[in-house]
Amino acid sequence: MEITTTQYKRCDVVRSIGRIDSYTAPDLEEILSSLTNDGKYKIVLDMEQVDFMSSKGWWVLIQTQKACKRYNRGELVLAGVQDRIRDSLELVGMGSYFQIFDDLVSAVAHF
Amino acid sequence: MATVKFPGRFESLAGIRKFVFQAASEAGLDEKEIYAVELAVDEACSNIIEHAYGGEDKGDIECTCNDTNNGLEIIIRDDGRPFDPKLIPSPNFSVELHELKPRGAGLFLIRNMMDDVDFEFSEKKGNELRMVKRKQE
Repeated sequence: MEITTTQYKRCDVVRSIGRIDSYTAPDLEEILSSLTNDGKYKIVLDMEQVDFMSSKGWWVLIQTQKACKRYNRGELVLAGVQDRIRDSLELVGMGSYFQIFDDLVSAVAHF
Repeated sequence: MATVKFPGRFESLAGIRKFVFQAASEAGLDEKEIYAVELAVDEACSNIIEHAYGGEDKGDIECTCNDTNNGLEIIIRDDGRPFDPKLIPSPNFSVELHELKPRGAGLFLIRNMMDDVDFEFSEKKGNELRMVKRKQE
C-alpha cells in the first residue's frame, strides 16, 4: 500500500493506494495520527485507488474521526470509495459516521 | 479441493486473499461474491492471529477451498485458543461516535457476507471455521 499526503489551503488530503488490511492499516494509522497530533483535523481520505478494506482499516478511520470531531474542530471525510467497499461499510453500519463524496474535488470543497 | 498452509502473521493476509480469490473465480462467483469471500476470509484470519494465537508467528493457518458446483466452501483451521463466537459481543453502531468500541465487527461482517458460517472446536483438529458462499441464481 502507498500513502501520500498533500496539504491544501483548508484541509489535508491523504491518498491511499492498494489494500488496507491488518498488515497495512498501521501505516495508515501512523499517517493519520501524525496529522491529528499536528493539530490538523480537516482531512480528506482519497480512496479512489483503494480496492480492499477490512474492519481494521475502518477502525483506524473511526479513531481518526473521533480525534477530528472532538470539540467540533474538524472532520474526516472520504472521497471516491469503491462500491464494494462502501457496501461493506454500510452493511456493518459504520457508514453513518462518515460523509462520503464521489470525488476528491467535491470532498475538498466541503471544507 | 485445494489446501494451503500459511504462517499466522498479518503479512500472510495478502497471500490468503489471493488464494481464495483464485478459488472463488474458478468456482464461478461474481465480482461482488468474490469480494465478500475475500473480506470474510481476511476478517477470520485476522481474528485468528489476534485472538486465537494472541499475536503473530504463534502457529499456522490452514485454508481449504472446495468448489461445491453452486458456490464455494472455505474451511479455515488453526491451533490457537478455542474460539467461542458466543463470547464475542455484537457491535453496536447506533451509538454516538465517541462511544464506539472496536470489537466484533469482523465476526459481524463474516456472518453477513457469507451464506453459511459454522465454528467448531475439537482437541484433535483445533478451531475449524467452515463458510459457504453460494452463487446467486
